[in-house]
Amino acid sequence: MKIEGRVWKFGDDVDTDVIIPARYLNTSDPAELARHCMEDLDPEFSGKVSAGDIIVAGKNFGCGSSREHAPIAIKGAGVSAVVARSFARIFYRNSFNMGLPIFEAPEAAERVNEGDELMIDMEAGTITNRTTGDAFTVEPVPRFMRELIDAGGLMEYMKGRVKRSG
Amino acid sequence: MGMTLTEKIIAAHAGLERVEPGQLVLAGVDLALGNDITSPIAIKQFESAGIEEVFDAGKVALVPDHFTPNKDIKSAEQVKMMRDFSRKFRIENFFDIGEMGIEHVLLPDRGLVVPGDLVIGADSHTCTYGALCAFSSGVGSTDLAAAMMSGEVWLKVPESILFLLEGKPGRWVEGKDIILYIIGDIGVDGALYRSMEYGGSGLSHLTMAWRFTMANMAIEAGAKNGIFPFDGITREYAEKHAKRAFRVFEADANARYVDVKTYDLSTLEPQVAFPHLPENTRPISSVGNIEIDQVVIGSCTNGRIEDLRSAAEVLRGKRVNGNLRMIVIPATQEIYLQALREGLIELFVSAGGVVSTPTCGPCLGGHMGVLAEGERAVATTNRNFVGRMGHPGSEVYLANPAVAAASAVAGRIAGPDEVL
Repeated sequence: MKIEGRVWKFGDDVDTDVIIPARYLNTSDPAELARHCMEDLDPEFSGKVSAGDIIVAGKNFGCGSSREHAPIAIKGAGVSAVVARSFARIFYRNSFNMGLPIFEAPEAAERVNEGDELMIDMEAGTITNRTTGDAFTVEPVPRFMRELIDAGGLMEYMKGRVKRSG
Repeated sequence: MGMTLTEKIIAAHAGLERVEPGQLVLAGVDLALGNDITSPIAIKQFESAGIEEVFDAGKVALVPDHFTPNKDIKSAEQVKMMRDFSRKFRIENFFDIGEMGIEHVLLPDRGLVVPGDLVIGADSHTCTYGALCAFSSGVGSTDLAAAMMSGEVWLKVPESILFLLEGKPGRWVEGKDIILYIIGDIGVDGALYRSMEYGGSGLSHLTMAWRFTMANMAIEAGAKNGIFPFDGITREYAEKHAKRAFRVFEADANARYVDVKTYDLSTLEPQVAFPHLPENTRPISSVGNIEIDQVVIGSCTNGRIEDLRSAAEVLRGKRVNGNLRMIVIPATQEIYLQALREGLIELFVSAGGVVSTPTCGPCLGGHMGVLAEGERAVATTNRNFVGRMGHPGSEVYLANPAVAAASAVAGRIAGPDEVL
């Protein structure tokens, strides 16, 4: 699978409170959450972002709360993937469980600029910057995580297990 | 090579002889937890999957505590969803208004988490139970839905860092200061994907309340969990509270740690974390003159009876500064009653503070103490991100309950010695 889009760049330690502030967590409606995505860092973000765009950030992206509303808001805003130097661990697993593609790619995270056009090739494990011509590799996705994706997400995977053991 | 505490507990729950860091396993859970923010998504997934029963109605805990008592119609709808689900699936541990509390204080106090357990919760501060020598970690709503269905969770076995604590902490230095100091030292991603395991002779000075606070904030260093070894202090708490038999795990002497850090507790001062990250810590003596508008004493980090006693000790016979608001929130109904019996509630109200029913409210800018633009708060909570307690232009400073109380009296960030 290939993902193509334009880059929105953020810094280190982007936390779940700025991805989706807690004042909006009295709902889990994706459309409503998407309207407030990144609001406390950039109030205009949800209006500017286009379907397919890619977020590129520094270290520890998604730190803080376990709220799955964070990947839901990002996905709901139309973002097709997040590339970062590193991810906070609950955000990492929530993204896989929710089907938001995320990629650890320290070099890309550092060298890509806002507005660049990226192409991510999930099978090949590469990120190509179409604006500058640079190419980067991404950390391979562990086999278990690929099995989760192949099963159609965590719930489908677990359903298969419950049936087997039942 | 031996195993760490975390590796031992994960291996036992995955039905394996041993596990290695980096290994992905499916482990059985002793308790799966959700709150009023995270449960609704899990419940929707569970119900849309057509599942007819939860894996064990006694091993699921649903605690509405974030926007409760409900602050608006939407939050009332979310809690109603939990209430209806709990009735339908006969969930034994649903704690509604009246017997509620902040989840991470309530569950161990009710004896629902015991040493040796493997617990997951759809709340990042689920790591709190590491204080009891249990493995516990925060996950998301989909993980909670899957665990309610199967009784299992997928886990990557973390590498571990050993934190050796030596010496005796001085007056006014509490568990909060120790963990803030550690986070200040290693950073908010200093233990990313890893386990924080504690050891050292200084542990004998750490009460259970302090250990809960320290394990709670492992997530603020990026860790998967924080865990304390089982000792006499753990045993005393467990024997008083546990509702079922517990199992004692011990790290092997030759366990493998990726790093070992040693701290001398006798040299620590009370710590204050400056905006907007828990790693921006400074000792109280170098804080400077920072005027504040609000003080919050409570939360899953510091809303225990020991925390209220510590604040009361500083506030006794004093008044809250007229330029600020002080909000005190006992973490559970039991703690509220205990504080009443000890005269602490009267003390806080007489001093000019307000006392709230148990809720997470202000900690996440939900309700019961939201900040306006430009306002500053000193809070005993665990996060000070941008907009955490309200307006993105407000500021949160994290401190222990004694420092928070002293700041309430002084009207600026102050240590207890400055007002006593």
